[in-house]
Amino acid sequence: MKKIGTAIILESLMEEGVEVVFGIPGGVLIPLYDEFYDSKIRHILMRHEQAAAHAADGYARASGRVGVCIATSGPGATNLVTGLATAYMDSIPVLALTGQVPTTLIGNDAFQEANITGITFSVTKHNYLVTDVKELQNTLREAFYIASTGRPGPVLVDLPKDVQTAETDYKKDIKINLPGYKPTYGGHPKQIKRAADLIISAERPVIIAGGGTIISGADEELRELAELVMIPVTTTLMGKGAFPEDHPLSLGMLGMHGTRYANYSVMNSNLVIAVGVRFSDRVTGKIESFAADAKIIHIDIDPAEIGKNVRADLPIVGDAKNILSSITNEIKIQIKKEKTKDWLAKVKRWREEYPLSFEESGETLKPQYIIKELYKTTKGEAIIVTEVGQNQMWAAQYYLCNRPRRFISSGGLGTMGYGFPAAIGAKVAKPDEMVFDISGDGSFQMNCQELATAVQNDIPVKVAVLNNGYLGMVRQWQELFYERRYSGTKLGYLPDLVKFAEAYGAFGTRVTRKSEVRSAIEEAIETDKPAIIDFRIEEEENVFPMVPAGAPLDEIIGGN
Amino acid sequence: MKHVLAALVENKPGVLSRIINLFSRRGFNIESAAVGETEDPKISRLTVVVEGDDKVLEQVTKQLNKLIDVIKVSDLSSGDMTGRGLALIKVSVDRETMGEIIEISDIFRTKIIDVSPKSLIIEVTGTDEKIMAFIDLMRRFGIKEMAQTGLIALARGAKATTIKKEG
Ligand SMILES: Cc1ncc(C[n+]2csc(CCOP(=O)(O)OP(=O)(O)O)c2C)c(N)n1
Ligand SMILES: [Mg+2]
Repeated sequence: MKKIGTAIILESLMEEGVEVVFGIPGGVLIPLYDEFYDSKIRHILMRHEQAAAHAADGYARASGRVGVCIATSGPGATNLVTGLATAYMDSIPVLALTGQVPTTLIGNDAFQEANITGITFSVTKHNYLVTDVKELQNTLREAFYIASTGRPGPVLVDLPKDVQTAETDYKKDIKINLPGYKPTYGGHPKQIKRAADLIISAERPVIIAGGGTIISGADEELRELAELVMIPVTTTLMGKGAFPEDHPLSLGMLGMHGTRYANYSVMNSNLVIAVGVRFSDRVTGKIESFAADAKIIHIDIDPAEIGKNVRADLPIVGDAKNILSSITNEIKIQIKKEKTKDWLAKVKRWREEYPLSFEESGETLKPQYIIKELYKTTKGEAIIVTEVGQNQMWAAQYYLCNRPRRFISSGGLGTMGYGFPAAIGAKVAKPDEMVFDISGDGSFQMNCQELATAVQNDIPVKVAVLNNGYLGMVRQWQELFYERRYSGTKLGYLPDLVKFAEAYGAFGTRVTRKSEVRSAIEEAIETDKPAIIDFRIEEEENVFPMVPAGAPLDEIIGGN
Repeated sequence: MKHVLAALVENKPGVLSRIINLFSRRGFNIESAAVGETEDPKISRLTVVVEGDDKVLEQVTKQLNKLIDVIKVSDLSSGDMTGRGLALIKVSVDRETMGEIIEISDIFRTKIIDVSPKSLIIEVTGTDEKIMAFIDLMRRFGIKEMAQTGLIALARGAKATTIKKEG
C-alpha cells in the first residue's frame, strides 16, 4: 500500500503503541502536523522545545515506555539539545522527531537549517537523518528499538520536509537489521556462580542499587536477594525507589548528600554489590579511597561502564533482573549461614548515631520540614519530580520512596528547569497519580512558561517551590568554600508566584509559617487545577550531611 | 603504549564523524585513523592507532562497540599483525643531491613517482618505523611537502576480523 511520509510516521507511532507526543510545530513540520490534526495520537502543545524533551523524558521515566517529542528544524531542534542530554545521561528512552529543510537545501544554510544530527551525536544513543522516504519506516522501527532496549537512551530522527511529503510503499512487516547492536541480557553463568559464592561468604556486604535496577524492573529480585542474605541496601539518586526506603535493610541514598550511615557502610564493607550503577563522582567521592577493603561485583548491561570509573573485581554484563534472580537461585541451593549479623548490628548503630537531622527553630520554615510534611500528607504515595539544587537533595533525603518510577530527577546532567515539564510528562503518563514537582525558585523560572501547557491541557501537577531567594546549592558552596562571597547567586527578584499562578489560571498560595504548611499542601491537592505553593523558606539553610567534592566518602561534614 | 585496533563499521554516511566525535568526546588520544571499504562494499574497515594503557584501550574498544554502526572491534596489537602505511614526500633536489637521494630511496624500496628539475615525489610504504626513518633521512635535503596515510593492518595467518554471515 502506498503512503506518504507523514502517514508512515503516524502509522509507525501507532504501531509502537504511542498515545501521546509533546511538541511544537514549525514551517517544515506543517505536513506532519497536518497528519496529527485528525489522528488518535494526542499531541500536547508545549511552550518551549526543551520542555517538550523533558516532558517526553518524564513520561518515559514514570511509565517505562518511550516518550516522544517533536520540534521543528533549526531553533526548534537545537532547543531540544538540553533535554536530550538530560535523557542520555540518565539512560531514558526518548524519541525526538525533528523537522529538517528539504534534502535539496541541506548544506546551503537554508532558512532554519541546523545540522541537528551532527549537533546531537554526543547526547543521543543514536540518530538518523532520513534522506529517502523508502528508509523512513525502517528507520522509525530501529529508532524505537534502539531507544528502548539494552541500555536505553534518546534517539533522534531528522525528517526533511520533502521526505515527509514523498510517497512509498508501507510494509506490513519489517525486520530490524542492526548487525552492530546486540545488547547482552543474560549474565555469564560462571560469573553468576562466582558472585553467589562471594555473596555467601561476605561478612560485610552492601548493595548499591542504581537507576539501572529500575530500568530493568529488578526491584523485586533485588529485594529477594537482600532479604535472603540480609544485606543492607543503599541507592543512588537514580536508584531511589529500587528498594523500599522504609525497609529495615534500607540505608537510603549514598554519596555527596547521602546518609552518613549509607556512606559509612559502603566505606567499611568488604563486598559491594553494585547493580545498574555507573559510579558517578557524586556517588564515590575520592575514587582511590572508595570502598578500599571491598571486592566489587559490578552488574551492568553496558560493558563500557565496567571498569570505567571504579575497578570491578567481578563484572557481570547483562540485565539486572535476570542476573539478580540467577544469583538468588544459586544462593538458595547452597547452605545458608548467618554471616551478616554482626555487620547489621554495626550498621544499625551508625543509623542510630547519625540519623538525618536538621535544626528546627520556632515558626521559621525549614525545607526539610516541608518535605516531611509533604510525605505525611501524601502518605508517601505521590510521584515526586525534582528540580536541581538544594531542593533536589532535600527531596531525595526526606521523601522516602518505596516503589520504582516514583522519584524522578535529573541525576547525571543536573538540569535546572527539568522538573516542571518532566512532572507534566509524568502526570500525562499516570493521570490517576498525584504528581508533585519539588522545585527551587531558580529552577522553576527556567521552565515556568509550561504552566500554560498544564492549564490548557488540564494536567494538574503540583509545584512546591522551596523559595530561598538564592541559587541555593551554589550559594551553599560559596558559603562553605568561598568565604560567603555570594557572587551571582542572590536571585533577589522573583515574580509574585501566587499572582503568577493566577495569571495563568492555576491555583497559587504562599506559606511563610510552619503552621500553614499542612493546609497549603492539602489545598494544592484538593484543587483540580495545577497548583503552585510558594514556600518562603529559611534563606541560608544548607544541605547536610555533605561530602565535599573530591573528598573520601567518609569525610563528611554537617548533619550531626 | 601504542595499540592498533581494527573496527568493522557500516558503510553509511556520517559513520566516520560519529567515530571521530566519540574520540574527542571521551578524550582518547588517537595517533592515526584510516578507513576504507572492505571486500563487502556495505562494510568499511577502520584502523586506529591509539596511545594509552590497558584501561584506555579497554574503554576505546568498548565505547567503539557501543556505537550502533560499529559491528566489530579487534585489538590487532595483542597478536601477531602486519601493518603498513604510505607516505608521499616531495623533496628538493639539485644535480648534486639527486644521486644520493635515489640511492637512499633504492635501499628503502621506494618509488619515485614524479620528477622535475627541482623536486622529486617519493612514495614510501611500510611500517611506521620504516616510514619515519626514511622521512628523517630526507629532511636534510629539504622536504617541501608531505602527505601520510594512517596505518592499516591485518592479523597474520588465518585469523581474521570479519563478520560471521548469519544463517
Ligand atoms: C541549567 C543549569 N544551569 C546552572 C546550573 C548550576 N546550578 C546547580 S544548582 C543551582 C542552583 C539552583 O537554584 P534553585 O533552583 O533556586 O534551587 P536551590 O538550590 O536554591 O534549592 C545552579 C545554578 C544547573 N544545574 N543547571
Ligand atoms: Mg533557590
